[in-house]
Amino acid sequence: MIEQILTASVFASTIRLATPYILAGLGETFSQRSGVLNLGVDGVMLMGAFFAFYTALITGSAVLGVIAALGVGLILGLATAFISVTLKAEQGISGIGIYLFGLGMSELLFQQWIGTPKSVTGFPDIFIPGLSDIEFLGIGEIFFQHNILVYVAFLLIPLSSFVLNHTTLGLMIRAVGQNPQAADAMGVNVTRVRYATVAFCGVMAALAGASLSIALLKVFQQNLTSGLGFIAVALVYFGRWRPYGILAGALLFSFVNAVQLQISAIGLDVPSEFAVMAPYVITIIALVFASKQTEKPTALTRPFERGE
Amino acid sequence: MTQPINQPVTPAIQQLQMQGIVKRFPGVLAVNQVDFEVRAGEIHALLGENGAGKSTLMKMLYGLYQPDAGRILLNGAPVNIRSPHDAIQQGIGMIHQHFMLVPSLTAAENVALGMRSSRGLVLDTDRVGAQLRELAARYNLKVDPDIPVWQLAVGEQQRVEILRALYRGAALLILDEPTAVLTPQEVDDLFRVLRQMTADGHALIFISHKLHEVLAISQRVTVLRDGQKVATIPTAGATRLKLAEMMVGRPVVLEYERQPVQRGAARLSLHEVSARNDRGHEGLRQVSLRLCSGEIVGVAGVSGNGQRELAQVIAGLRPITGGSIQVDGRPVTTADPAAINALGVSHIPEERMVDGVIKEFTVAENLVLQEHGHPRFTRAGLFMNFRRIGEACREAIKAYEIKTPGGDTPIKNLSGGNIQKLVLARELSRRPQVLIAAQPTRGVDIGATEYIHRRLLAERDRGTAILLISEDLDEILALSDRILVMYEGRIVGEIPREQVNIQQLGALMAGSSPARPGD
Ligand SMILES: Nc1ncnc2c1ncn2[C@@H]1O[C@H](COP(=O)(O)OP(=O)(O)O)[C@@H](O)[C@H]1O
Ligand SMILES: [Mg+2]
Repeated sequence: MIEQILTASVFASTIRLATPYILAGLGETFSQRSGVLNLGVDGVMLMGAFFAFYTALITGSAVLGVIAALGVGLILGLATAFISVTLKAEQGISGIGIYLFGLGMSELLFQQWIGTPKSVTGFPDIFIPGLSDIEFLGIGEIFFQHNILVYVAFLLIPLSSFVLNHTTLGLMIRAVGQNPQAADAMGVNVTRVRYATVAFCGVMAALAGASLSIALLKVFQQNLTSGLGFIAVALVYFGRWRPYGILAGALLFSFVNAVQLQISAIGLDVPSEFAVMAPYVITIIALVFASKQTEKPTALTRPFERGE
Repeated sequence: MTQPINQPVTPAIQQLQMQGIVKRFPGVLAVNQVDFEVRAGEIHALLGENGAGKSTLMKMLYGLYQPDAGRILLNGAPVNIRSPHDAIQQGIGMIHQHFMLVPSLTAAENVALGMRSSRGLVLDTDRVGAQLRELAARYNLKVDPDIPVWQLAVGEQQRVEILRALYRGAALLILDEPTAVLTPQEVDDLFRVLRQMTADGHALIFISHKLHEVLAISQRVTVLRDGQKVATIPTAGATRLKLAEMMVGRPVVLEYERQPVQRGAARLSLHEVSARNDRGHEGLRQVSLRLCSGEIVGVAGVSGNGQRELAQVIAGLRPITGGSIQVDGRPVTTADPAAINALGVSHIPEERMVDGVIKEFTVAENLVLQEHGHPRFTRAGLFMNFRRIGEACREAIKAYEIKTPGGDTPIKNLSGGNIQKLVLARELSRRPQVLIAAQPTRGVDIGATEYIHRRLLAERDRGTAILLISEDLDEILALSDRILVMYEGRIVGEIPREQVNIQQLGALMAGSSPARPGD
């Protein structure tokens, strides 16, 4: 039975399904590292997913779909930054507001502009020459037969880690999240740094949404993400604010997702409700253990006020 | 790669002037028409009581606040400093009262923060670290650039701040109460560095409320009082008494007459008491002490060496993990605060706004906080007797010279000194046998400090056993009959009043064994 579940295609799905978690989780990592908790990720994902899908549907181009998602993500990211950095609104509450806005707006637009369920061609899988046909352990199928956004997400992990730990920008982001007064006193523009990270978080969330609607599922429907964006926020805590931590968490969840899909595919008699709940239960259990002694940014959710 | 530090600095600031500076906060005129000037090669002290406006004035120079009126001139030309970034560009550096370091970053990262890197976008902390080492060697400031700052002692953190300012080429450096966290030896080291910097042509502003430091280090001193400038005078012509009078606005007494000590029976004794601190580490390690009636025992030490935990275990506010405590021979090791109170132990807590009073309550309410259930203040043991409470309150306001519009004023509208007098009034009104006074005059103006000190001495003469926990060495020296020194949760030395020697005291506070005669 185990051989029936742990097939190469389940591992390939694990990699594929990790994509939205990674993209949204990395964006949220930057935002939180600079001290801003962005709870609106799921709403921005939905908006990104919708605009990517709609654009791809109309133009027939997945690339234009991604560009549309990036644009929407940037706008919503800047709006989030305006609310939490400039207006200094309570971040937990305003994030939920953005989530509800994205949830409602994407559904409304879907009904107004599209109406009936449709599907798009979306991004094709790219078979990496020479690597995609490695038979050994199914390596070719697992790692090298994916759409472009999967490769992008996985490449962004080492890149994000490098930016955070080895660049002047990363140093400013970390400092602003730990002690914004000190960063300000050293001439760092705290507001600008936070705008940049929160806008980036929006862009990444929208891209994560696009990866669902035009690469992974190739459909759009109401509440397409079903809370995936909230898991991405939790992953940041789980991963202790580190890109490789996000990777580990994302793979854990996508693996559970993939196994759950496989179990229902082979018709095992496990109530599907259990399978649907599993990732969330695991999230909570993992968080209870993972959030102990973390390197949490000390200024997280605290707006910055100059001069104490 | 530029090498700003190997060449001798050629400071770009010859003279800096602030003219007619005004700064208002809601309800406070923090700085009122102040003129101030500093020149290259001098240390200009800014002296004033807590709340006089020293930090506010300097934060305007560093771009943290914008003045409501007045102007700043650099080498004679007006400049507009809108942010710390602007200030840094002009060659101005500031070492804040609360250090501005990111604890999770190393010293080198803290220095690199906000600066251009020699590798473009990629960090060059290794090169910064190497240059810091050279700079540190030149000024004889020992610092390891590669250790996260939270692992450094406060003295080291301050050295990191100084090195950072030097590294950034600050020609004018503002030091806001830099000695508050240092041991006497560290203060000497700091002064040596400051003198070397002025010899190199830096201009320094030294903020303090400690008279002897101002006299020791500065060439000129400007005194602020209630946001206004009293005068600028050359330090050479000043005395402690004169400066104190300028600060307070009336003649003051710096030394108290004291009766010879009349030591009585032991009131409080601790036997090998240990306790954890807030972080769960060992905060107190096998502390033993005896406190007798009629004496003041001072507990000296650098902040964070277990003094806070000591006061709390005695008051029953912190559980102990080992040892025993007795009051009048009765064990109170596991007693709760109310039971310890009932045995005649009073506590003036270190954090008076948190543990001493309830901010939103009135003066009268705060005064009867512990005794609200006492028959004196109730009717039929159930209802508060407001007439009696009002009377007691008026008496206390008069007896303790508390400046307040009345008993029904919320306590948060009073100044630090008056709040502390109220706490003292409340604790002394119970005629305690044992008084634990933790930082009794921190943040308190000289007038109120003088009053509190006299009151403590009077209590001692009345026969109360007093444990005075203070980071202010002057206070310890002025009041104590014996001095205990704490370091890393232990009592590392005891010195009787007659044998006090500042060098030895400083060495104990720094954790080194007592200096031998001759070194
Ligand atoms: N950010 C602020 N908001 C309101 N009042 C302030 C602020 N900073 C300082 N003050 C007030 O301004 C006065 C001067 O404070 P400060 O400059 O810190 O004094 P000092 O440094 O001389 O002790 C005090 O009355 C203080 O309460
Ligand atoms: Mg100050």
